[in-house]
Amino acid sequence: MAWITGVGVTPYGRHEGSSTVSLMSEAATAALADAGLERRDIDGLVCGYSTTLPHLMLSTLFAEHFGIVPSYAHGVQVGGASGLAMAMLSHLVVEGGAARNILVVAGENRLTGQSRDMTMQTLAQAGQHRYEVPLGATIPSYYALIASRYMHEIGLRSEDLAELAVQMRRNAVRTPGAHLRDPITRDDVLASKPIAPPLRFMDCCPISDGGAAFVISKDPVNAHSLRIRGCSQAHTHQHLTEAPSLVEFGAGPSSSRAFANAGVGVADIGYAAIYDSFTITLAILLEEIGFSARGASGRDAAAGRYAPDGALPLNTHGGLLSYGHCGVGGALAHVVEMHRQLTRRAGDRQIPSEPALALLHGDGGIMSSHVSMVVERTQ
Amino acid sequence: MSGTPADWTLGQPGLAYEACIACGRNWYFQRGFCPRCGSTSVEMRASGCQGTVHAITTVARAPSPEWQARAPYGIALIDLDEGVRVMTHAEPDMAIGDAVNIIFSPMGSGFFPVAQQRS
Ligand SMILES: [Zn+2]
Repeated sequence: MAWITGVGVTPYGRHEGSSTVSLMSEAATAALADAGLERRDIDGLVCGYSTTLPHLMLSTLFAEHFGIVPSYAHGVQVGGASGLAMAMLSHLVVEGGAARNILVVAGENRLTGQSRDMTMQTLAQAGQHRYEVPLGATIPSYYALIASRYMHEIGLRSEDLAELAVQMRRNAVRTPGAHLRDPITRDDVLASKPIAPPLRFMDCCPISDGGAAFVISKDPVNAHSLRIRGCSQAHTHQHLTEAPSLVEFGAGPSSSRAFANAGVGVADIGYAAIYDSFTITLAILLEEIGFSARGASGRDAAAGRYAPDGALPLNTHGGLLSYGHCGVGGALAHVVEMHRQLTRRAGDRQIPSEPALALLHGDGGIMSSHVSMVVERTQ
Repeated sequence: MSGTPADWTLGQPGLAYEACIACGRNWYFQRGFCPRCGSTSVEMRASGCQGTVHAITTVARAPSPEWQARAPYGIALIDLDEGVRVMTHAEPDMAIGDAVNIIFSPMGSGFFPVAQQRS
């Protein structure tokens, strides 16, 4: 078993002059301080990747820069699922005995480090280079294709998607450091400009600068350590054209195996940290994991189910949709917020229900890669 | 069937897919072997370019200045009658379930596939 023993996150947004390693360093410093550990205590390092700092050995580059000498270190790449894959890997490495305290860290100046066109082109490479990318398809258009089919078959409506964007923004309004903090309404979302119908501007997460980190340890080194209780993954395809279905994805098998490994059921979960690159991503994941019935996630959000004082608080920092998305660090911020909420250290944002169990779920590519993790407060 | 079928990804006005002689599976992305049974007894075949819209959107914000000049443009997933799913451009005002023909629109020195409603 392994423990998440400390967390740290930078503000997300526009940080002129920041870099991949400066944002990683800031987050790592905060995570070590939160864990009560020193650099010399860290014997493992797991990084992701950065589109503004493409490098063959980001983990050793960062180890050298930050001043640690790990006995275990490398990078992980599964797109947006990288953050939770890094957490799951660290859990397994610690269980296997190869390290005692692993620093998991990501950061990227994705907003200010390159032009928006460059970011769009880089991300569009998640498409197939010969059969999809030459058509001028974009990441939002791939998710819009999924949305068109899912909404057609399941009956989910644009109004339902908008409710999820509104809930994420409500959460971000209360979160210092969130990228987007101006309140929005359902009508604002529905009136925002079309990006790739049915997805509109406010159905899409922003591109941010930011960094996040946590420490995964063999022992609960402090009073706010959380236990990783079960994880699983599912990888069904890479490119949308080859996806086996546009209605059923890997989140179902991934999460049900994670629940089984943890020995808990979906109804036992009291906090949800769910990848939300687009509103449709969040809707499908909530419905496929089983937190909402198929087609009901928006109505559930409108009824308050996913509010901080609701039955299942969700991404209480604002998620990718409003706290922001800086690449691999995007999903790590979900982990940081989950940690603060479960350990009752979320300050003004503290949820009243004091849940003991959280489910985290990440999606990479075009609903291609899925990682699920159940985390538990034991004290 | 003789010769190599026209393939828009190679600059020709046609849509080709790969087929497994051993197990009968058809797929789109050329790889030279069958991803189901592993056989290397596979061949490229020409699609009849008829199918049905499975999913559809419109790109308003294109990924490059070249494509932005043509925006907005439809993007669709089409289920070909040969049992293969392909991504194409789509003419305006089409919907899921529409029966389509795929035509080939010139671009630069090549072509790209466009789905149009079958009348
Ligand atoms: Zn075969």
